[in-house]
Amino acid sequence: MNSSDTSSNFQQQVQQAIKDSTPLNICAGNSKAFIGRDPVGRALDVSGHCGIINHDPRELVITARASTLMSEIETTLAESRQMLAFEPPHFGSRATLGGTIACGLSGSRRPFSGSARDFTLGCKILNGRGEILNFGGQVMKNVAGYDLSRLMVGAYGTLGVLLEISLKVLPRAASSQTLMFECSPEQSIDRMSGLLSQPHPIDAACFYGERLYLRLSGSAQAVKHAQVQLGGEVMHDCTDFWRTLNEHELTLFTTATTLYRIMVKPATPPLAIDGKWLLGWAGAQRWLTSDAPVDTIREQVSKVGGHVTQFRGGDRNGSIFSPLEPALIPFHQRLKASFDPHGIFNRGRMYAEI
Amino acid sequence: MPASTSPNLQRKELFNALRALLPAASVLTDAEDLRPFECDGLSVYRRLPLVVVLAETVEQVQAIMRLCSKMNIPVVARGAGTGLSGGALPLEDGVLLSLSKFNKILDIDVSNAMARVQPGVRNLAISQAVTQHNLYYAPDPSSQIACTIGGNVAENSGGVHCLKYGLTVHNILQLKLVTVDGELLTIGAETLDAPGYDLLALMTGSEGMLGIIVEITVKLLPIPDRAQVMLAAFDDVVKAGEAVGAIIAAGIIPAGLEMMDKLAIQAAEDFAHAGYPRDAEAILLCELDGTNAEVSEHILKVREVLQLSGATEVRTAKDEAERQLFWKGRKSAFPAVGRISPDYYCMDGTIPRRELSHVLQKISKWSTEYGLPVANVFHAGDGNMHPLILFDANKPGELERTEEFGHKILSLCVEVGGTITGEHGVGMEKIDMMCVQFQSAELEQFHAVKNAFDPDGLLNPGKAVPTLHRCAEFGAMHVHHGQLAHPKLERF
Repeated sequence: MNSSDTSSNFQQQVQQAIKDSTPLNICAGNSKAFIGRDPVGRALDVSGHCGIINHDPRELVITARASTLMSEIETTLAESRQMLAFEPPHFGSRATLGGTIACGLSGSRRPFSGSARDFTLGCKILNGRGEILNFGGQVMKNVAGYDLSRLMVGAYGTLGVLLEISLKVLPRAASSQTLMFECSPEQSIDRMSGLLSQPHPIDAACFYGERLYLRLSGSAQAVKHAQVQLGGEVMHDCTDFWRTLNEHELTLFTTATTLYRIMVKPATPPLAIDGKWLLGWAGAQRWLTSDAPVDTIREQVSKVGGHVTQFRGGDRNGSIFSPLEPALIPFHQRLKASFDPHGIFNRGRMYAEI
Repeated sequence: MPASTSPNLQRKELFNALRALLPAASVLTDAEDLRPFECDGLSVYRRLPLVVVLAETVEQVQAIMRLCSKMNIPVVARGAGTGLSGGALPLEDGVLLSLSKFNKILDIDVSNAMARVQPGVRNLAISQAVTQHNLYYAPDPSSQIACTIGGNVAENSGGVHCLKYGLTVHNILQLKLVTVDGELLTIGAETLDAPGYDLLALMTGSEGMLGIIVEITVKLLPIPDRAQVMLAAFDDVVKAGEAVGAIIAAGIIPAGLEMMDKLAIQAAEDFAHAGYPRDAEAILLCELDGTNAEVSEHILKVREVLQLSGATEVRTAKDEAERQLFWKGRKSAFPAVGRISPDYYCMDGTIPRRELSHVLQKISKWSTEYGLPVANVFHAGDGNMHPLILFDANKPGELERTEEFGHKILSLCVEVGGTITGEHGVGMEKIDMMCVQFQSAELEQFHAVKNAFDPDGLLNPGKAVPTLHRCAEFGAMHVHHGQLAHPKLERF
């Protein structure tokens, strides 16, 4: 396992970039280079800044340098029967903690246990003035100052370079089981949204290829009991199903067609947009591969109060994320300027305006 | 206020303008009407505002903010005023904007498990309104019977169940917010995330410094099949602390895990008659919830862990009434301590749990040195301590000594890797302690963020984030380990 602190080198590179007025493209494992708008600027390779700094299982916290590999973090946690409860997808073996947090990626457990942002407790960052700053911390509850560490999550590196991150971790469930039900998309939405007000030990729910999949997890007795109550067919080798879903290795994700991430309220009925669908996150996050124009998709989705990310493929210089409400744009610009006054970090990676 | 106009003239102009925007009864200017607003739950700080306005529509809040922006008048927002850090302390030259009339639940969406509410709705009222659908709102601050959801968002309130269910920030989806110049923004979304920066996280816990919250969409959870609370007694606080770590190491996340020391136990027992063992040095309350099968399994496991950790007694509440009673004792710990001392000062530091015995020993040593007793109430599961320092504000100098003692405790929390406030907020009370927790560049970053939303500093000025000058003055008084906290600053 590697471990090294190279943050002073990054400070110098930031100072140089300010001097040269050259934007920097923060990169490490490049497993998520496909997300967001096309990168511009000189590469700031942070991959050397790695290593787990602290993991005390009894504190339920892990702190690591940003370029620590996700695989290393997950292996370490597994040794104490713990996990990252937001089940982040990796999208490649070089995936790092920093990239995961910068992209704010969460997997199937998200609607039931929380997101990457929810589990973020603290960050050390390098801002666009070349200053190293600490926000949040290693404790569960901390309301001193604005919550700037959670603001970093899903900011795609536009506010600063992530140096260290502390995350809350949880114990792994003693037992897990996946149930399958043949049904229509409409029936699956009814069933999944109904589950939101029932206290079953469910930690993942999705509809794919005419089947509803429910993953149970908890104590052995709880899982067994829920299985009897809910019925359905027990799926064998279910670990692989949820892994391939998370990592976008199911057939749906492997076509050349543009892939869209569609966020709606979970009980929203199936949308009439041509293409292939996977209804994940109990209906709240839906994946679509479609040849329909992005504007048409956005128009349909915004009618039901949702938003759309052009996740893979298509024009990578256009609007990858749903455009911001006009009133919010100046606040994004001012926030960006407050961290990165010279606009050097991941310029335009999220929106052209920031 | 602008120097060109005399304060009296400007005051009159402001009052008239406010009366043009709101019904006369909603603009309070007489000292006796202002009195109830002079402090929040931290009553050692008191100040009368210039004027109190009781807004009841979003349009009124927008108009008030436009007016105050134009006249350069500071605004302090207030919910129920139950806050414990002086965050809603009024300003003598400012408007106190009360949101208590925003008390409607606007929509309950059962199929999406969410509710849209106004900021003045009480925390507990949300759960009460949705219980018929087998849903509830999870964060439960001890003041939940009175505190409002708007204040909960401003402070990022926790509660006894946040180890498992998270803080306010984990349980809300969307906010409507009026900016300093009266613009209405939608922050977050009714979906699980929203495009752009996570402004929802930024706004939560921002203590009224970035905008006025006028609507909140909260996430609702299914009521667990069963909740069961266990009470364990210990003859040593350190053993109780270690038992907490052992429960978590056993792979169990309790819904609540609370600890009280002897003084707190006795005060709470006298007040609530909860059946606590009066002779114990510490008790743990451990609530387990989930499906019936899971709770049964976990009770057996936790009982074993507690016994192995040296508990002198382990009891499981025999029915729902006893469960409520166990919790009543805990939730009334603050008022209970209020009965045994003329005043008490409540600290809110969070520490990594492994530091518990070290920190408790230091507190006990200082307690003897200062001659001020301390009752410890502790959200043990997440390391959030509430040492209550007992004092008498009528004795000259005792408040100052209490504050000094409190500062020592909070400095120690920072030193061991924790924070000065876990859930009560910085407000007015802990503003100097922010200089201990943060470096100059970090405080400057906070100010830069504030500036992005409120360039003229009109929203709750003087709270939450200290100026660097304030830290320089504070640092000059409190040199830590021989090192000046903000060495680059000019001193005066």
